[in-house]
Amino acid sequence: MSAATETKTEANTKTVENATCTFCGCLCDDMVLTVDVDAHKITKAKNACVLGKALFLSHEEEDRPFALIDGKPATLKEGVEEAAQILTNARFPMFYGMSDTTCEAQRQNVALVDMVGGTIDSTTSVCHGPTGMALQGVGESTATLGEIKNRADLVIYWGGNPAESLPRHFARYAVTAKGMYTPRRKKDRTIVNVDVRRTKSTPVADIFIQVKIGADFELLWALRALVKGRKVAPDIEKRTGVSLETMQDLVERMKNCRYGVLFFGMGLSMTRGRHFNAAAILSLASDLNEYTHFIATPMRGHGNVSGADMVVSWQTGYPFAVNFSRGYPKFNPGEFTATDMFARGDADAGLILAADPGSNFSQYAIDHMKKIPMIVLDPKLTHTAKLAKVAITTSHYGINTGGTAYRSDGVPIELRPCLESKYPSDEEVIRAIYKRVEQLLKAKKKTKSANNKRRKAA
Amino acid sequence: MGSTLRIVNGRVYDPANNVDGKTRDICIKDGKIVKSVPPKTKTIDAKGMVVMPGGVDIHCHIAGAKANIARKLQPDDHRRDVMRRLDLKKINTRSGTGGTVPSTFTTGYRYATMGYTTAMEAAVPPLLARHTIEELEDTPVIDKGFYILMGNNVLLYQMLQEGRHEEIRNAVAWWIDSTKSYTTKLVNPGGDEPWKGHRNATITQLNDKIDGFEQLTPRKIITSMVSAVEDLGLPHPVHIHCNNLGHSGNYKTTLETMKAADGRRIHVTHIQFHSYGGKPDENPTSKAPAIAEYINNNPNISADVGQVMFGKSTSMTADAPLAWMLTRYSSDQRWVNADTECESGCGIIPFAYQEHVYTHALQWAIGLELFLLSKDPWRMVLSTDHPNGGTFTSYPRLIRTLMDKEFRKEQMNSVNQKAVAKIKRAHHMEREYTLQEIAIVTRAGPARILGLKNKGHLGPGADADITIYDEHEDKELMFSAPRYVLKDGKLIIDNHEFKNNHEGKLLHVSPDYDEGIKDVIRPFVEDFYTIKFDNYAVSDNYIHHHEVIPTTK
Amino acid sequence: MAETMILIPGRTTKQGVGLIESKFKKQYRVATTTVEVNVEDMARLGLKEGGKVKMRSADGVITVKCTGRKAEDLPPGILFIAYGPPTSKLMGKDTAASGMPLSKHLEVELERVN
Repeated sequence: MSAATETKTEANTKTVENATCTFCGCLCDDMVLTVDVDAHKITKAKNACVLGKALFLSHEEEDRPFALIDGKPATLKEGVEEAAQILTNARFPMFYGMSDTTCEAQRQNVALVDMVGGTIDSTTSVCHGPTGMALQGVGESTATLGEIKNRADLVIYWGGNPAESLPRHFARYAVTAKGMYTPRRKKDRTIVNVDVRRTKSTPVADIFIQVKIGADFELLWALRALVKGRKVAPDIEKRTGVSLETMQDLVERMKNCRYGVLFFGMGLSMTRGRHFNAAAILSLASDLNEYTHFIATPMRGHGNVSGADMVVSWQTGYPFAVNFSRGYPKFNPGEFTATDMFARGDADAGLILAADPGSNFSQYAIDHMKKIPMIVLDPKLTHTAKLAKVAITTSHYGINTGGTAYRSDGVPIELRPCLESKYPSDEEVIRAIYKRVEQLLKAKKKTKSANNKRRKAA
Repeated sequence: MGSTLRIVNGRVYDPANNVDGKTRDICIKDGKIVKSVPPKTKTIDAKGMVVMPGGVDIHCHIAGAKANIARKLQPDDHRRDVMRRLDLKKINTRSGTGGTVPSTFTTGYRYATMGYTTAMEAAVPPLLARHTIEELEDTPVIDKGFYILMGNNVLLYQMLQEGRHEEIRNAVAWWIDSTKSYTTKLVNPGGDEPWKGHRNATITQLNDKIDGFEQLTPRKIITSMVSAVEDLGLPHPVHIHCNNLGHSGNYKTTLETMKAADGRRIHVTHIQFHSYGGKPDENPTSKAPAIAEYINNNPNISADVGQVMFGKSTSMTADAPLAWMLTRYSSDQRWVNADTECESGCGIIPFAYQEHVYTHALQWAIGLELFLLSKDPWRMVLSTDHPNGGTFTSYPRLIRTLMDKEFRKEQMNSVNQKAVAKIKRAHHMEREYTLQEIAIVTRAGPARILGLKNKGHLGPGADADITIYDEHEDKELMFSAPRYVLKDGKLIIDNHEFKNNHEGKLLHVSPDYDEGIKDVIRPFVEDFYTIKFDNYAVSDNYIHHHEVIPTTK
Repeated sequence: MAETMILIPGRTTKQGVGLIESKFKKQYRVATTTVEVNVEDMARLGLKEGGKVKMRSADGVITVKCTGRKAEDLPPGILFIAYGPPTSKLMGKDTAASGMPLSKHLEVELERVN
């Protein structure tokens, strides 16, 4: 970290420039944070949006125990020991989360799963997992956000509400951002919003297209047909709620722009059609490249959910839902995805790193998590931490801990922490658990072979 | 004090030191080769074996953004080819998957088990260098480095348009230094602006004007970068992927590019893909003789072949228009395009080279012709442009194809006969590479071209990266399974068995530049990129095990 | 009277800010227990602004407060709520071998609670 970016302004305050906010997938790296050193608080977060301000300004290191075992305070060492025992004795442990931690911690986490022969899945599977599956079927045409800022003259938001989930998306990247070939900002772009309802993002659009709920796939497929010059019957409106005329107008705009982009949200990946919807929108963009340059890219929620995809992919070859039971990585969504593993009652233990499935998985999954020994690493008390056998308190990535996070477009950014924490980082805890499990497994192996020998001798 | 080791009785092939198959002792101390070690040192008896420096791959695609998309894209590629985790005495290895784009751990282990100890990732957008470094850190055993893409850099275009040559030199130095990279790479120079900004067009002539930059042509970009890199004294010259890759008739562009260097050093990569005659959009013909002749006569040029090997490959390139063109010839539905702001394009498609297809057979034969017509193996070295022409695991087969003319003829007779009719009767098809020539094209040559003084040879001071093969009639077998592999003096493969893990180094260059250049780059990054200038450079937090290779200035 | 509708759980700014503060405090709890309903649907079902409603899916039932949205903003038959622990109770376990439950397309019966 260069010293130039951290300046002490007064005796008891310091400023950290170019810090990154890790709340959402925008991963804005232009935060100017003022820290009251004595009070151990961030007092100003210049450039932050409403979510970022909440993240930084409400940050308070709660005086929580380093670990909880069965809800009772414990030391870090006891927490690590208990976690290691659980993982050593488990036969089918499920590792899940990783969207709100550094790549450095994610890398150690995959190493741990590899060693214990467990299953690993990230928040991706309940976010843009279907988009990852669609990629495997049809590919994608994508870009880093700066290219979109510089060139895109047609921007379509489909099934997502960035005004509330990625608040600075418009200003930094795609609507009011000033780029090389878009010097007049919004005036140089046409903005389209496709959704089943009007959202806070709708007012930014020049054109709003309201699609019937559950009919995104049909609308996308009709658009593909029109792009390819096929005939589409006018009664498509009955099914999609969108008139053929509106579709034709959109198709003309898409074919005639210079650089078009389709941003899509979980309105496509979490609804009827899932990966088929994602494949349809990715294919639509690819098809349009016969006419002009066209991009389709998912909008992703959590700060480093893209990093989890990256790390799991480079270490195993697969983006999520990876199992190591046979000593090598196997990939199978539905079988090795976390919601399925828990809801089916398959997993016999769990390690949740920086996520809270206890507040957003199905009740079936949550009920099973309550039955098995769960390990949770999180800076906060979460619903999952409450149901866990072992909950270890960790420091907050990006605020207390440095490391790497990947923006939704794959641009890696080094985080600049501004406050120290008494709690260890996720990476440190995972490394400690790894070390202990390694010892326990070796001992187990020894005992096993000694027992075998004894049995043979007898 | 330190660990010492002596390799005795082996036949040593060390072309850089003019040792051609003589029996010599090799002494090792503290990871380096030394003149002598105390008599009571541990020894490896290499009787009946061949000793060579560890292999050096000058051009491959193994780590970073595009490799990772290619992995995610192809679960089908990994399923049949897995690598189990090993519980070794001293250390555990990591599991992984293979296929044409293996996971990082598998990549490292497989290079090592093949006797390769250094590999260079050849195409990284500087903005994403951090990603490549993270992946390379998870690529065990081998030493590694990477080249940054500078042929479609918009800020450099602006500087060049205005003739700010001094600034270009400083900017290139800043970019190399702040990404911890090894050299500059030009890919289809000038092609990204029409691709991204002009409805997927591209550029075809060295003298064509570049979209939006009326004063610029690919030729100007190439000559400017050659000057900048020469002035900076980078150990490896500009690494060029010429315009028109894969297009019939492109050999003219390749010759023009080499001539444009005007006697100065350049490295032309995967030149097989750039040696085609014929008319655009018609079947190609071989122009390997013209290309080989030019390189033979011009010592300023070095090249790697980019051999095509039959079977599954993955085409992944910064040349986005090329990947788009290839979709016409691919039966696979999948196509990936990925633009990087102000710096690069990227295209990926799963591909397969098939013996019966005219073009594929011809490409395969052209690669062999280039090898067999080359008079200076130091300047025409081995690559498959992994995984574009084929995977790095196919090198042993390629080596046999070069060393064994009967094996070569057998293959010639089983591919598309129309494609190879003329080539198979050519005089050069009788040539067989010697072990010494193989040692040159797979280690000594690439190391010298890269300017890696401690690699590719077994003289005192060299890194003790050593491969020991059982001598075998079947050269594919011989080069697939070395008996011993040492990395930095550490025994990784011991009697054919994987025994030790090792963390290789990141090799990078840190040229000097005028600090004032930051004030020129900063406003451009703040305006047209989406991260802050102060967050652009890769900090030292990312550098653990590394070596800075000095410039010649 | 109960009517079948489609419930869309999603992110809102209030819920986002709330979860940063604490998932066990008021802002998050209020955000995740208030469902948006088309005003015409509200009138027909006799629902009052801030009144209690019951939502029943094949997998569970929850009681939350309702708030009106203009008909042009939220089409009839569609409900929106910030996701959180209450919506977990309505989700099914089947993911059609995708790993993804139909989290944004929950068929529920909406009914007034007196």
